Amino acid sequence: MEDISLSDRAAGQSALPVKVEARDVNVWYGDKHAIKDVSVDILDKTVTAFIGPSGCGKSTFLRCINRMNDTISTARVQGLIALDGQDIHDPAIDPVQLRARVGMVFQKPNPFPKSIYDNVAYGPKIHGLARSRADLDGIVEQALRGAALWDEVKDRLSESGTGLSGGQQQRLCIARAVATQPEVLLMDEPCSALDPIATAQVEELIDRLREDFSVVIVTHSMQQAARISQRTAFFHLGHLVEYGSTDDIFTRPRDPRTESYISGRIG
Amino acid sequence: MTDMTPQARSRRDWMSSDARANIQRRRRRESSLRLLGLSAIGLAFLMLGILLWTLLSDGVQAFRQTHIAIDAPISAEHVDPADPADGNYRRVIADAVQATLPDISDDQMKSATKILSNGAQFAIRDRVVADPSLIGTTLRIRVPVSDPYDQLNKGQVDTAAPESERRLSDAEIGLFRQLKDAGRISLPLNWGLLTNTDSRFPEQAGLRGAIMGTFYAIMVCFAISFPLGIGAAIWLEEFAPRNRLSDFIEVNINNLAAVPSVVFGLLALAVFLGWFGMQRSSPLVGGMTLALMTMPTIIIATRNALKAVPPSIREAALGVGASRQQVVFGHVLPLAMPGIMTGTIIGLAHALGETAPLLLIGMNAFITAAPDSPLDAATTLPTQIFIWSDSPERGFVSRTSAAILVLLAFLVLMNGIAIYLRNRFERRW
Repeated sequence: MEDISLSDRAAGQSALPVKVEARDVNVWYGDKHAIKDVSVDILDKTVTAFIGPSGCGKSTFLRCINRMNDTISTARVQGLIALDGQDIHDPAIDPVQLRARVGMVFQKPNPFPKSIYDNVAYGPKIHGLARSRADLDGIVEQALRGAALWDEVKDRLSESGTGLSGGQQQRLCIARAVATQPEVLLMDEPCSALDPIATAQVEELIDRLREDFSVVIVTHSMQQAARISQRTAFFHLGHLVEYGSTDDIFTRPRDPRTESYISGRIG
Repeated sequence: MTDMTPQARSRRDWMSSDARANIQRRRRRESSLRLLGLSAIGLAFLMLGILLWTLLSDGVQAFRQTHIAIDAPISAEHVDPADPADGNYRRVIADAVQATLPDISDDQMKSATKILSNGAQFAIRDRVVADPSLIGTTLRIRVPVSDPYDQLNKGQVDTAAPESERRLSDAEIGLFRQLKDAGRISLPLNWGLLTNTDSRFPEQAGLRGAIMGTFYAIMVCFAISFPLGIGAAIWLEEFAPRNRLSDFIEVNINNLAAVPSVVFGLLALAVFLGWFGMQRSSPLVGGMTLALMTMPTIIIATRNALKAVPPSIREAALGVGASRQQVVFGHVLPLAMPGIMTGTIIGLAHALGETAPLLLIGMNAFITAAPDSPLDAATTLPTQIFIWSDSPERGFVSRTSAAILVLLAFLVLMNGIAIYLRNRFERRW
């Protein structure tokens, strides 16, 4: 769209490389046109927040990046999405493997009803990332440390993941996602089911994850977007209205719709 | 919004007689609904009670069998030690009656022999074949008495009725009383009901053949319907595209579950026996027929169990890069397994009691040998009940009830296993 070309250029001039590139992405659910001509460059080692009112398509767009929409039979995706310059819809790309490279954390904590260890070890196991049991133990420990959960669960790795508290469960899901060593981590409102303390822990964690991954987070909370993200994209009715540095979006929005949303008039 | 303020309408008086009548009416309705529900349950329990009471009061007779202790001299004259199986055991029985009742006339001899079950000679033969050193000695053995005397001993014969209307004459009854006074008559538990095979003579008839036949048929049914049913359900639920064809298949599976079982029997008769020329009366064909019936039940139960697995688990697995197959076999199926097992056992329990289709493929034949494999001709518990209920001998009346109780015991056992599995493996999240 016209109004985002400027910020696009701004992104291109930034020092960090582009990780995910989207051009003219359209998504339909049956007859419903959910995403309209969205083009965006997501930078590596950056937290990018998608904000916007309910039903604006931010989650839908997020799910395009790891082709989760493929699993919905009525969903249709058009346009180019490239990871490190390679089209993810290229027939050479295996969507299952893509999801190991582009991890995802969901709105509601959804650990497998298995042990904490097995939850984290599942991804590395099915992708053959560990050569030995000791290797796998190392991956699990590293992932749990990465998710700031290791100290709380190291003595009960064989207990069920569903027995943890909500915040711990969500951090377990993050550990599960980072265990496959993805390049991009997608988070779909990861804190919406958590209390403020657990939210603070997860936010702290996201800030640290930025050192290793490109993190894309969908959030309903503008405060959260302002706190944790470096770049923000504002979606409205399926359009990407404005995309730029978080500071700019929240202090100097260019589009009147963005201004209305962040000042609480729409949404 | 209208301009009418709340004050414009008069406030409802909750204490007015009108309001109180309203409360009364509502309470009356609720209590009558509760009463209706209670009486429905009460009626159901009453029916169940009547059923069980009838079966028990009839069947309890068959759990004991009158036996008589006889002294059978095994002479080498009748039984050749070189080939004990081929001896003249009718003569051994005659000798035994003579030895047991030394002071009776030849006239009485005949009716005395009739007290013994027809199977007595085979019981003696089996003992002698197992231990040929018995030849030349006198064997004391307890054998079943024949059905009329069994009924007499259990008080089922009205001795006050005119002699011509009874199966046993006064003299025969006198002879039996004489034996009883001598302490030769006993009434032990009737293990033969479970360990014997079918027989024309009620005192020897047992359910071993039927139990084995049922066992093989249910095993065949399980081996076919479980994997096929789960496979079909997984495809329909997890992989099939939602289109006209899958809708059509779904509707047909639901209809198939409601098809009368006798129709499956006709199908089996035409296809398995007619086209493929498979063995009549065999548990293999029986099991295949039952599998046709059980499969829709298993498919429906499995689909419901798969549906009950939260989608968040599927998304979680897909999100870490699991393939569809890994999602299904690694996550969804294990979580659905308790539901699938419960549905399967309920389906098998249904198949266990199924009679009509088995009648059509000839599993109601009179077969006196227990099957050694699913290919041998056999009966099943429900068809055995059907055969016995049709038999005129008095002894089969109680045996029919007893066989139904045995069948019910198996059903309760299977349902118990289903409940255990459900409670043991059910996961909550």
